[in-house]
Amino acid sequence: MNINFTLFGQSLAFIVFVLFCMKYIWPPIMNALETRKKIIADGLAAAERGKRERELGEQRATEVIKEAKGKVAEMLASAEKRGAEIVEQAKNDAKVEGERIIAAARSEIDQEAQRAREALRKDVASLATVGAERILSKEIDSAVHAKMLDELAGQL
Amino acid sequence: MASETLTSTEYIKHHLQNLTFGKHPDGGWGIAHSAQEAREMGFWAIHLDTMFWSIALGVLFLWLFRKAALQATSGTPTGWLNFVEWVVEFIDDNVRGSFSGKNDMVAPLALTLFVWVLLQNTMDLVPVDWIPEIAKLIGIEYMKVVPTTDPNATFGMSIAVFYLMLHYSLKIKGPIGFASELTMQPFEAKNPLLKVLFIPVNLFLEGIGLLSKPVSLSLRLFGNLFAGEMIFILIALLFSGGIVFAVLGGALQWAWAVFHILIVLLQAFIFMVLTVVYLDMAHHEH
Repeated sequence: MNINFTLFGQSLAFIVFVLFCMKYIWPPIMNALETRKKIIADGLAAAERGKRERELGEQRATEVIKEAKGKVAEMLASAEKRGAEIVEQAKNDAKVEGERIIAAARSEIDQEAQRAREALRKDVASLATVGAERILSKEIDSAVHAKMLDELAGQL
Repeated sequence: MASETLTSTEYIKHHLQNLTFGKHPDGGWGIAHSAQEAREMGFWAIHLDTMFWSIALGVLFLWLFRKAALQATSGTPTGWLNFVEWVVEFIDDNVRGSFSGKNDMVAPLALTLFVWVLLQNTMDLVPVDWIPEIAKLIGIEYMKVVPTTDPNATFGMSIAVFYLMLHYSLKIKGPIGFASELTMQPFEAKNPLLKVLFIPVNLFLEGIGLLSKPVSLSLRLFGNLFAGEMIFILIALLFSGGIVFAVLGGALQWAWAVFHILIVLLQAFIFMVLTVVYLDMAHHEH
């Protein structure tokens, strides 16, 4: 157990090992560790960001849905109103049309009645004439009395 | 195992003798064949076994970790890289916790120290006779396989650490700052005369404090591992004492090895942490 030159041999070996470790072992491993740490941190940050974005998206989607629901309700209301209006209009139109048809029918009936009355008048006149002719066949000369009968018929 | 031709004392002494290469007193260079010869070689001799095992283990560490460093990716780590990253992060956490300065060398230094010392200590768990007996088969007389039971190895590391402490103290604090740190405390005074009087006292106290750091650093590691190794050797002696003692020895060896795992790991950790703390003190301005 003598102290001898081994002392410096050991020191030298130690220094060489430290230098090698410092140059070729420590930096690459530390680099890898640092890079990995950064990648993981970035990944976590991205995940966090994604989560926040999703939340925002959900919020936005809820808003859009709410807005759409409001619009739909509005549209439904206006459509109902419009429908009621159309029905009302149709009712009015139908009424007017009905009245018009009734009026036309009435005037038709009037005309028909007029025409019937005219025909009747003519028939009555001729019937009266025929009757009078039959009653007075011999006594009355149809030719003489025709003028007088026409006048009578015209007064009818 | 202690053979019949060896006494217990000889067996223990043999186990504590390094394979020493140096200059014989008669002038020729060669390997010492006895503890006596090794001692006579003086300072200019080298422990081949300590150097071989420590360098082999250091290279093993560098090779294994370099392999991981080459496949280090920012993607998913697998297998060996995973383990290496775990170790590196452990060291990095420790260094961040106890080193407040800015120096890119401290963390790799701590990693090297921790793993290297750990590997050297772990050699203690190999049964004490295995490697020396194999070495004997190929004609190597002495073989001490645990480099950290050789004070040369632990002092070698602590001297390098001490050099770094002085280097950074001078670099960060400047010669004047470092000198004043050594002479102007712990006794402080406003009076200039008193201040001058305190200088030798302070220098003595601080000098002891400074020198005790590398000494205690290396002796702690050496002492713990040497004591552990010694107990393994003593337990190994039991194997030559008949079947009952051999069984007892086996059980004891196993128990001590289990306990020793703690020491092996703890001493490597302490050596690393104290080195980082000392370097932090060297970087810290008062």
